Amino acid sequence: MSDFALLDPALPLDRLRLLAGACVRTDPLRCVQCGLCNYNCPLGLDVRGHARRGSSILEPRCLACGECVRRCPREALGFGARSARQEAP
Amino acid sequence: MTRRHVIIGSGIAGLTAAETLRERDPGAEVTLVGAEAHPFYSRPGLAYLLAGALPERQLELRTKAELRALALDRLVDEVTALEPEAHRVRLRTRGVLAYDRLLLATGSAAVAPDFPGATLDGVVKLDGLDDARDILRRARRARTAVVVGGGATAVELAEGLAARGVRVHYLMRGARYWASVLEPAESALVEEGLAAEGIELHRHERVVGVDEERGRVRAVRTSSGAVVPCELVAVAIGVRPRVELARAAGLSVERGIAVDAGLRTSAPDVFAAGDAAELRDPDGGAGRCDVLWSSAVAHGRVAAGAMLGEAAALDLRPRQNVMRLGGVTTTVVGAVGAGDGAADDPDLVAIARGDSERWRDRPRGQAFHDRGARFRIRAHVGERTVVGAVVLGDARAARALAHLVRAGTDVSALGAGLSADPEHAVAALVALGEAAEQREASGAARA
Repeated sequence: MSDFALLDPALPLDRLRLLAGACVRTDPLRCVQCGLCNYNCPLGLDVRGHARRGSSILEPRCLACGECVRRCPREALGFGARSARQEAP
Repeated sequence: MTRRHVIIGSGIAGLTAAETLRERDPGAEVTLVGAEAHPFYSRPGLAYLLAGALPERQLELRTKAELRALALDRLVDEVTALEPEAHRVRLRTRGVLAYDRLLLATGSAAVAPDFPGATLDGVVKLDGLDDARDILRRARRARTAVVVGGGATAVELAEGLAARGVRVHYLMRGARYWASVLEPAESALVEEGLAAEGIELHRHERVVGVDEERGRVRAVRTSSGAVVPCELVAVAIGVRPRVELARAAGLSVERGIAVDAGLRTSAPDVFAAGDAAELRDPDGGAGRCDVLWSSAVAHGRVAAGAMLGEAAALDLRPRQNVMRLGGVTTTVVGAVGAGDGAADDPDLVAIARGDSERWRDRPRGQAFHDRGARFRIRAHVGERTVVGAVVLGDARAARALAHLVRAGTDVSALGAGLSADPEHAVAALVALGEAAEQREASGAARA
């Protein structure tokens, strides 16, 4: 997980690596549902809804742009390896 | 027979309880009464509304479709009395409402300051959306503001007003910020962040009076004799649980409404959740209050289960919160005690929002630190486990250490190695926490 966490979505090669093997993962214990992630998602994905359920964002439309990760004031979002753990229920 | 569930309070504890009730008992009547007419919103998100990071509508927690599916009977009204023996509540405008099960999720309210001039037009607090709107309206005209208090809310007020172009003076009664939870080096990092945002910090300074002009704030007089001309005085000296209804009805009330781990109050079929509830210590000690979003969500779920007759009980693992303080993301979890021996924070007369009384516990064991220009990490290691941690500015360490504290992971394998090499102790603990988290993740994936 930490390998992906160190990648910078602003760098094209890192972005490709993120798209290939990683996704945005959420930590509901850190999230207060403020909505900054939804507000800053260029595609209007419901990131906050995922954070409420604790599910990863596996939607194919996610660009791995990192806006939600960067803007979250409580570090409730981060890039991590795609795994079965956080599949949306 | 359909059960009639009544919830008082439209915060996150009440909303979570309503959703849990609907999910598990689709045929039940669920009525939620609250004085606020707004759609359900994120109260912690008000800090980001003040700072201009998002528009108000973004704070709304549920879509119209989700609310329709919830099929909640939501009443904007004030509950004036609770009659537990008759199983009913009295409303200001709608008469009497009968219930089979009642949840008190009445939240908490800012403590009013007691300095002369505290009721003048221009002295503000941040309890809810109406307060945030009021502050934003005033900030458009104000040039200078004085902020007093402690905890996360005082800093949110200071940062929000500064972001709106208001010159902010933050008065601290003691030598440093949040001395009951943070160590001096941690306070210093937050204070540096605030100063970098243009906020002027004043130490050992308190408000002794507010001068007025035609009923409006004109200046603040301080204990050192200074007069600070200002149009706004923002106060965040702590919050108290809203217990008036419960107390008047004869329920057992300490500082909050006393509840057991199933969130049952002393009255039959009456439950309490969120900021208003005070969990009794099963060993007979003093109860503990939390004013945390995650606690309120957990309370809402457990209370709903208990209202449905399930044997539900609260997760009593150490509490965690994450705050943005002076631009630094700060995680506090478990027992982290008073860093320099200060038992109390002179800037707070009660618990702050985003605060847990359990953090005040003095941790047993040894503290390990790691510090850099823009981060501070502190881990308290007890006999076998990490009992508490404070992490500023390092997301990776924050996640790993919070996992160790909450999971109660046995770290004794690191043993004497930690003390023998204290400089690398934090790094070793973080690595262990990440490994533990991954193990748990792969275990959950297999299961």
